[in-house]
Amino acid sequence: MSTPPPPAGTPLLELRGIGKDHGSVIALDDISATVRAGEVTCVLGDNGAGKSTLIKVLAGVHHPTRGQVLLDGAPVSFSAPREALDAGIATVYQDLAMIPLMAIWRNFFLGSEPTTGWGPFRRFDSATAKEITRRELAAMGIDIRDPDQPVGTLSGGERQSVAIARAVYFGARVLILDEPTSALGVKQAGVVLRYIAQARDRGLGVVFITHNPHHAHPVGDRFLILNRGRSLGEFRKDQVSRDELTGMMAGGQELAQLAEELERPTGS
Amino acid sequence: MLVKPELGSLIGAIVVLAFFAASSETFRSPGGIANWLDPASTLGIMAVAVALLMIGGHFDLSAGVMTGTTALTVGIVAGKLEQNIWLAIAVALVIALAIGFANGWLVTRTGLPSFIITLGTFLMLQGLNLGLTKAFTGTVVANGISAAPGYDSAKAVFASTVTIAGQPFRIAILWWLLVTAVGTWVLLRTRFGNWVFATGGDEVASRNVGVPARRTTITLFMTTATAAWFVGTILAVRLTSVQANTGTGNELIYIVAAVIGGCVLTGGFGSAVGASLGALVFGMTQQGIVYLRWDADWFYFFLGAMLLLAVLANRLVRRYAEAARR
Repeated sequence: MSTPPPPAGTPLLELRGIGKDHGSVIALDDISATVRAGEVTCVLGDNGAGKSTLIKVLAGVHHPTRGQVLLDGAPVSFSAPREALDAGIATVYQDLAMIPLMAIWRNFFLGSEPTTGWGPFRRFDSATAKEITRRELAAMGIDIRDPDQPVGTLSGGERQSVAIARAVYFGARVLILDEPTSALGVKQAGVVLRYIAQARDRGLGVVFITHNPHHAHPVGDRFLILNRGRSLGEFRKDQVSRDELTGMMAGGQELAQLAEELERPTGS
Repeated sequence: MLVKPELGSLIGAIVVLAFFAASSETFRSPGGIANWLDPASTLGIMAVAVALLMIGGHFDLSAGVMTGTTALTVGIVAGKLEQNIWLAIAVALVIALAIGFANGWLVTRTGLPSFIITLGTFLMLQGLNLGLTKAFTGTVVANGISAAPGYDSAKAVFASTVTIAGQPFRIAILWWLLVTAVGTWVLLRTRFGNWVFATGGDEVASRNVGVPARRTTITLFMTTATAAWFVGTILAVRLTSVQANTGTGNELIYIVAAVIGGCVLTGGFGSAVGASLGALVFGMTQQGIVYLRWDADWFYFFLGAMLLLAVLANRLVRRYAEAARR
């Protein structure tokens, strides 16, 4: 896939007119977006806007019905999550990223364990695994007390952060984050946002899926807004303010109407 | 902080050992030790395999009756059909692996609880054991194993004794220690061991990161079946005649030993050493009560109490590990 090298300025990942039907139901239609290395592309939308379907297309779970996914300018088609992973697209799911009863270092290398020795004596190289886990987490600025502690003892924010560090270490070039901040308190969400910025600064293209414009606006470079399976457009940060994002997400008029309805009756 | 799953069973084993050793001179004599290590050994070999399976998130209720199936196979092929005993042992292994594979395949294909699938296999095997033994021998016993060609070499491997300090010990005790060591090594030091914990801890999440969960589960069921074959062969070679109901009912004792050893019923947590210690507690209590001339009925009361204690302790472990979710 590396030949010939893509021309300069080619986005890492590009969606062109993606559509996905579930039977006769159109879940997504005509979605276009770009993800560049060292940038964060936020996908915003209310519940049912099509965010999960879009993730599944990118992660190789679903095949798009229409349109193209381009990686380094070349069209790609994934038929399994493992293929997307091997191409450098890592997805961190909101709740399904870690095994709570297992130690951090065991989780970190789960499915890609380093081994040492030969033949029947080939074994999980736990010393190396612990060492790398500690080093990689420290490089992301994640302070864990002991890599031997079970993941279940970490807070939700810390868990998301470990999952991000893991994806970065295993050579992800595109990192897809499914609602990483939605279940978190304000402080924990801030921690995760900081790691998103860290991953960006390391040169990854980040796709940050959220329904919270307050989390998206500070860290995002581009914003793709979804509403009922359709795109309301892709905006650069200098083209849109946080309030405009909020307005578009909810379908501006509806929000204005709601505000009017909820206003206290005046006069009497 | 690191919680060792086998800690509870270690404390339990020490308490039980101290109690019986203090109250019975026979219990602490070399002959007594050989006596209570013997039931612990065959039970321990099974408990280690069952513990691995439980950590992987599954039960095998057919494990007990499978020791009977394999022992009877050895008995019928070597005793009744008068074949070389090593051939009989090989046939038993093939049958055990096939049953284990069938269990694992059904569980992974259907997604049904392994509890119900292996309950089905358990009942089927119980029927087959009786039916086929009667069909081949006309009785409910398969005997004549000691007359089979190759019996002496098989006896050396499976049923000989090792004399230490003038006291003969069953060789099964050595096999038990070896199985425990290998089980622990596989669990804690290999990729497969990591997959066992992960599959039992959260199957969907482990698949998402590329763990071959289905293969892991099937391998675990085949491991339990292999252990059942090994114990069944020990029984057949040692006793030289096998009753058709051999092993029935033991499946729950394996699970009890594994749970006393720190295995969590929902999977993802436990230890091979713990399961062996659980088996040791079982063996010590079973013989110790006899030495104290107590009524043997108390044995089951005691076993039940140990199980309850262990389950309560395991619950605390799980709470601790999940305390800080979010």
